[in-house]
Amino acid sequence: MKDEVTREERVDNLKGMGCSRKRVEDARFTQGKGNYVDDVKLDGMLFGDFVRSPYAHARITNIDTAAALEVPGVLAVLTAADLEPLGLHWMPTLAGDKQMVLADGKVLFQGQEVAFVVAEDRYAAADGIEAVVVDYEELPVIVDPFEALKSDVILRPDTVDENGKAVDGAHGPRNHPNHIFTWEAGDKDPTEEVIANADVVAEEEMYYHRTHPCPLETCGCVASMDKVNGKLTLWGTFQAPHAIRTIVSLISGIEEHNIRVISPDIGGGFGNKVGAYPGYVCSVVASIVTGKPVKWIEDRTDNLMTTAFARDYWMKGKISATPEGKITGLHCHVTADHGGFDACADPTKFPAGFMNICTGSYDIPTAYLAVDGVYTNKAPGGVSYRCSFRVTEAVYFIERMIEVLAIKLDMDAAELRRINFIKKEQFPYTAALGWEYDSGDYHTAWDKALKAVDYDGLRAEQVQRVADFKAGKTRKLMGIGLSFFTEIVGAGPVKNCDILGLGMFDSCEIRIHPTGSAIARLGTISQGQGHATTFAQILASEIGLPADSITIEEGDTDTAPYGLGTYGSRSTPVAGAATAMAGRKIRAKAQMIAAYLLEVHDNDVEFDVDRFVVKGAPEKFKTMKEIAFAAYNQAIPGIEPGLEAVSYYDPPNMTYPFGAYICVMDIDVDTGVPDIRRFYALDDCGTRINPMIIEGQVHGGLTEALAVALGQEIAYDDMGNCKTGTLMDFFLPTAWEVPNYETDYTVTPSPHHPIGAKGVGESPHVGGVPCFSNAVQDAFRAFGNTHTNMPHDHWRIWKTANEMGLHD
Amino acid sequence: MSNKMHIKLNVNGKAEEFLAEPRELLIYTLRERLNITGPHIGCETSHCGACTVTIDGKSVKSCTMFAAQADGKEITTIEGIGGPDDLHPLQEAFKEHHGLQCGYCTPGMITRATKLLEENPNPTEEEIRFGMAGNICRCTGYQNIVKSIQAAATEMNAAKEAAE
Repeated sequence: MKDEVTREERVDNLKGMGCSRKRVEDARFTQGKGNYVDDVKLDGMLFGDFVRSPYAHARITNIDTAAALEVPGVLAVLTAADLEPLGLHWMPTLAGDKQMVLADGKVLFQGQEVAFVVAEDRYAAADGIEAVVVDYEELPVIVDPFEALKSDVILRPDTVDENGKAVDGAHGPRNHPNHIFTWEAGDKDPTEEVIANADVVAEEEMYYHRTHPCPLETCGCVASMDKVNGKLTLWGTFQAPHAIRTIVSLISGIEEHNIRVISPDIGGGFGNKVGAYPGYVCSVVASIVTGKPVKWIEDRTDNLMTTAFARDYWMKGKISATPEGKITGLHCHVTADHGGFDACADPTKFPAGFMNICTGSYDIPTAYLAVDGVYTNKAPGGVSYRCSFRVTEAVYFIERMIEVLAIKLDMDAAELRRINFIKKEQFPYTAALGWEYDSGDYHTAWDKALKAVDYDGLRAEQVQRVADFKAGKTRKLMGIGLSFFTEIVGAGPVKNCDILGLGMFDSCEIRIHPTGSAIARLGTISQGQGHATTFAQILASEIGLPADSITIEEGDTDTAPYGLGTYGSRSTPVAGAATAMAGRKIRAKAQMIAAYLLEVHDNDVEFDVDRFVVKGAPEKFKTMKEIAFAAYNQAIPGIEPGLEAVSYYDPPNMTYPFGAYICVMDIDVDTGVPDIRRFYALDDCGTRINPMIIEGQVHGGLTEALAVALGQEIAYDDMGNCKTGTLMDFFLPTAWEVPNYETDYTVTPSPHHPIGAKGVGESPHVGGVPCFSNAVQDAFRAFGNTHTNMPHDHWRIWKTANEMGLHD
Repeated sequence: MSNKMHIKLNVNGKAEEFLAEPRELLIYTLRERLNITGPHIGCETSHCGACTVTIDGKSVKSCTMFAAQADGKEITTIEGIGGPDDLHPLQEAFKEHHGLQCGYCTPGMITRATKLLEENPNPTEEEIRFGMAGNICRCTGYQNIVKSIQAAATEMNAAKEAAE
């Protein structure tokens, strides 16, 4: 057979790894034909919604549902009393704690779910909610975690024994009834000794404020109990559909094979849709009670006030160094405000997530971290908002401490970073707090970034600007924000990563069809990342069939192999690896088929782009398409018919993407408005699967970073009222506030990942927040600023300028 | 409630007539009553723009307008802008330039952009950013949305020129 197509064209035809393949998802989304959970409609479907607590801390003395049941269209009202006989009035959280599904005698935060009204439509449900009468007796409110640890007010009756003494929690002893856990990493005494004897020590206290992932689509579900067949189908905004199936089975007692969980299209997740929420449980119960499908969809206020806050870390740091700037020790203590229930979405053994990556990108010989989790009268959550578990907090902490140390040393912060980076030859590098960094080349990335922005030129301009400002020639200051981050993603090795006992492996199952196209199913679920596009590219390169001939399916637990879902940038590191490994199984079988067809020994053929060729005789070959057909129509001795494979991948290590970001900002001291003049982002995510999608992820992650650094927060008053329950008060940047970003990259493949990829979706958020914050703080460095807390909204920036006497 | 109102709408070229309570929101009418699920609900306070539709030539957030207020009016949703056989240049451009990720804001975004380009066929980047500021996207950081709209504008202007 004559082959007219060049090898290069054959590679291009596959649209495999490394090309900016256009997204296959976009046809339906651009035509309004996405299928999100609120688009799911079933015959006779009812709508459920919550009566929520107006108080942050109160005893409930009575709930009267009689009037609500009289409202036309209202079918049922569930309270804790109805759920208690089923054992469903409380549910386990991912963090080993338990959470009230419906208020059991008291409420612990404003907006807490008190009763669930089930009605024929949303309007009737709203009418029913108005008619439920709840009698509350207000209790003292604690919104400050430091006060919580001193207070006589016990928030959770289940945290004390009959003598009022704190009982052990899921993560060990508590030292106060409102204390949840202490979690430590590193060496306390040696670290304290190094710091006590150091030449230079910089100290800082910083608050990483509470915020919220706020995807544009809120959380929701549709539960449909088919009483005839005993099957429960649950559609929902689930970032981990398989885990949700297991959790639903464990808490409801319905056998897992009788539960089908479906994550349809998801309108953004960012960590908000990892956990299990009372709405899911109530919808399931309501469907069982009424025998009809029940839909529950949060409104925006419900979303911001109740499901999945992020951050809320009070961090206290000490960093020591030699007079030349070589870092010798790092000490970090965190008081973590978890709200009324510990519902953090972290691997079970890590109650503070991977906060112990807080030594960052630096070779720090001695370090110690302790985190104290605390209950307060705020909403539960503690999710990883566009980051691996608590990594945003860790990177913000170290990137601020570096800046504070640079000020103490009167040194350039870029140079201070450079002399402390882990060197290329030190990888794999075991950090003082335990992690083994798989790979990195920080100096190359940093030098490239500094050169790209003409760093020295920027600093010279900044010096001139300060002089001009002092001379009254300008009212704008210039800030140069630096950030060098190392992420830890791809959770994770089953030996130390599990959620509720479920190992954090992931999976891919491939079926090759006779005509040479394929379907692959994974245990993950896209929320906009473009899995249907990129996973097909991995497979195209691995199995030599065009990406356009490969359908990717996720999110249906009846068809997809078990996996732990999509969050913590784990899809590419874990499911992407499973995809490559399953592809290699296909290829191994294809090799045997090819050898049979070509009448040579298995070892005498080799894979080449889209075919197996006889070694030394490239004109003799069988394409993968031919091999696929042969797998279904030939009786090959010793080989089963068909061409399918499944891989469950347990990663040997996490992956460690890194990057160098630089932001240049002009700040009007009279209005407090920052103008982002330039943002340069260099990312190293290892092997690049689809540059277009990587760039899109970076733009989006940086914009979410901008939001968090410059204004986005979940704030409470002293009464525990949430002050930021709508998009009027909760900052989501528009096109008007967002700059254009310059993206760049280096490639340091992960040595342990089958294709060398590391994950990228969260890097820009992790590295972006300190970069924006450092830019604001750097603008005021010449006037004595060492640290101000985020969010740097216009008012707070103005206040900083005012406190420094810049308005005098 | 029994004080239902008699409402007539024209949605994507199709006449619709029904009885609805005065409090029924237009987004509810579209999504629940008429099964037009392209427009989405993101905030219900007019901030996010996921529910954007065109009413009598103006971009409107259908989550904060009563169906009764739209009585007698012509409404266009994403479904009326282009389908599989007649994609609008904006739909093409959003695909081509990675102007979307999760897709939830996209119908509102494209619907708004059609009006923007009608009002201003040659917008500068600044005018696009200002003109699209009523539509929030949480995924893309807007850079590729701006690029998509610029590309569609170029394409549409070229087509118009060719036709003249």
